[in-house]
Amino acid sequence: MKNALGGVDTVLLLGGRSEIGLEIVRLLAGLGAGRVVLAARDGFDPPDLGAEVHVVPFDALDVHGHGAVFARATELVGDLDVVISAFGVLGTQERYDADPAAAAEAVAVNYGAHVSVGLHAARVLREQGHGTLVVLSSVAGARVRKANFVYGSAKAGLDGFAQGLGDALHGSGARVLIVRPGFVIGRMTKGLAPAPMSSTPRQVALATVAALRAGAPSVWVPRALGPAFRVLRLLPRALWRRLPR
Amino acid sequence: MTTFLTGWGRTAPTPARLARPRSVGQLRELVASAPRRGVVARGLGRSYGDAAQNAGGLVVDCTGLDAWTFDEGSGLVTASGGVSLHTLMTALVPQGWFVPVSPGTRHVTVGGAVAADVHGKNHHRDSSFGAHVRSLTLVTAGGEVLTLRPGHPLFAATVGGMGLTGVIAEVTFGCVPIRTSMMRVDVQRTADLDETMAVMADSDHRHRYTVAWIDLIARGRRMGRSVLTRGDHATPAEVKEAPPFAPGALARAPAWVPGGLLNGLSLRAFNELWYRRAPRRRTLTQGIAPFFHPLDGVEGWNRMYGPRGFVQYQFVVPLGAEETLRGIVATLSEHGSPSFLTVLKRFGPGSGGLLSFPMPGWTLALDLPAGGRGLSGLLRGFDRRVAGAGGRVYLAKDARLGAAMMAEMYPELERWRRIRDEADPAGLFRSDLARRLRL
Ligand SMILES: Cc1cc2nc3c(=O)[nH]c(=O)nc-3n(C[C@H](O)[C@H](O)[C@H](O)COP(=O)(O)OP(=O)(O)OC[C@H]3O[C@@H](n4cnc5c(N)ncnc54)[C@H](O)[C@@H]3O)c2cc1C
Repeated sequence: MKNALGGVDTVLLLGGRSEIGLEIVRLLAGLGAGRVVLAARDGFDPPDLGAEVHVVPFDALDVHGHGAVFARATELVGDLDVVISAFGVLGTQERYDADPAAAAEAVAVNYGAHVSVGLHAARVLREQGHGTLVVLSSVAGARVRKANFVYGSAKAGLDGFAQGLGDALHGSGARVLIVRPGFVIGRMTKGLAPAPMSSTPRQVALATVAALRAGAPSVWVPRALGPAFRVLRLLPRALWRRLPR
Repeated sequence: MTTFLTGWGRTAPTPARLARPRSVGQLRELVASAPRRGVVARGLGRSYGDAAQNAGGLVVDCTGLDAWTFDEGSGLVTASGGVSLHTLMTALVPQGWFVPVSPGTRHVTVGGAVAADVHGKNHHRDSSFGAHVRSLTLVTAGGEVLTLRPGHPLFAATVGGMGLTGVIAEVTFGCVPIRTSMMRVDVQRTADLDETMAVMADSDHRHRYTVAWIDLIARGRRMGRSVLTRGDHATPAEVKEAPPFAPGALARAPAWVPGGLLNGLSLRAFNELWYRRAPRRRTLTQGIAPFFHPLDGVEGWNRMYGPRGFVQYQFVVPLGAEETLRGIVATLSEHGSPSFLTVLKRFGPGSGGLLSFPMPGWTLALDLPAGGRGLSGLLRGFDRRVAGAGGRVYLAKDARLGAAMMAEMYPELERWRRIRDEADPAGLFRSDLARRLRL
């Protein structure tokens, strides 16, 4: 249960290898979360998180297995106070241009699988009458750019889905928190030059945990990206198109 | 009907189906129809945290179970679980009787008083509510209506059991005779914490009721300075005319309530004023309501903390662990934590409830706004110090403790679980507090 000061006890992380996801879990454990379920592909060796950790096999593309992941998680730790949907693949636009099948598969992970996970989470949290689903969206979806429009369009879909889900859950006690980081310097973006207003997984995690405690519906990381994108969305397409990346 | 419920601190609301039975028959039907998420009883919602909440499940509002009788010969009240102490006092005080234990508010139900095994200013002499219970009836998970007496394991698990063994349908308990409706009160200001504790330890036994209000803002030499009140029911010789108990006259807000939201500034001013206003030493007569329930005069005072609500931290450390108490008071006054009424009390023997809070020792209770910076870490630090000293935190006030600490603080927890599991193998009785603390 989320307590009076915003602390939680149980966490399910889908995408158990996710740097941001693990960083969020680490912070929550430091604040008192005692039991963690990491859902990840096979062969995963969980790091020490300062809490009781369980590992459950999870394959994002095996959407028919998602229900079982939730069943197993609740069996292990009871009510889920926080569910973090953090799996994803980045991939370059050049690669997707060359291999449309790979693009479709990436979208299936970055969007389709999140829809399945999100709906399963919603069912569980609604029945519990409490709990927060954390969805890792991205500024890439706030306005899709030609430099990574496959990835960006999946994130745009995911962001819209998460907003709709949050509205659908309104009044049920369950919530959705949408996290919109800018460029995150980490494993996933290795070799890419950081964009302006980039952040580290730890900064994203800190902002996420603060938003969780405050019960906020969404958070941009860094915060300044919110107002920045309110303006950038209005930029004429002719200009937007010319952005280098 | 689905309703969002909170405790008195107005934090962490969760939705539940709320039902209000008017008879034990209806109560049994409700328990039998409990959903997968289980059921828990609720009284007047005066516990501060999530004890009387059940997210996604059923909550049984017991206030419709309101029948009671009094036997003057034996001094025994038999009351349904939803009868409030306010109702009982209003009727009994004019007849010359008083409840055996009264918490700081009289707007609690008999069921809530047993479930939390509440204590009052007379704990050092009279123990807690459960010690005065002769028998109780419990609607169990199996739908039975059991009559339990002291000595029965399920009685010990129910007193202080926070509603998790079943719904308390009826309680028979002893009342105490009084000769007037007034209190003879001795008020004394002390210079620091050591003096407060020394005076309490020396003179507690001479008074039925004692409590100290501590000024947590004062630092340095004056750290822990207090206003100590010790009282007894007055004799006719001590009062010229004894007015009947008249709660209606108390509806006005006492003058000292700071206006607007409670914030650091107003709390600071209030603490200073409360201390200065008190006489160095004086004896006076006071009505029952201002003596026992000063806050009941202010309708809905819990809203003054604003939308984020507040938490109360109440702990006890055993006699001999005075250093721990002193350390926590020092941290609080250094931290500059604005607390409204911080109360210190010396406890006597416990009642035998397996999850009851009181133990012989010192208890401190303070209110803190939930939005305060660093509050979670501060209180977690206190938890460790309290548990390390063999003490514990009061579940009826708690809204943030974790399961590991709970197990450390309540050594009878395993025994309690075994008894509960036998009475309720499927875990039908459940609350948000039970989930949070993994009871
Ligand atoms: C201003 C103020 C001052 C207070 N001062 C004190 C004090 O000095 N000493 C002290 O000990 N406490 C004090 N309290 C706390 C209060 O006495 C307890 O929380 C008490 O349990 C509240 O009773 P309630 O009827 O409101 O119960 P609720 O808050 O509704 O419920 C409390 C618990 O009792 C259970 N319960 C309620 N009714 C039943 C039933 N019929 N059968 C089974 N379980 C039931 C609930 O499930 C829950 O676990 C104070 C509270 C306030 C707001």
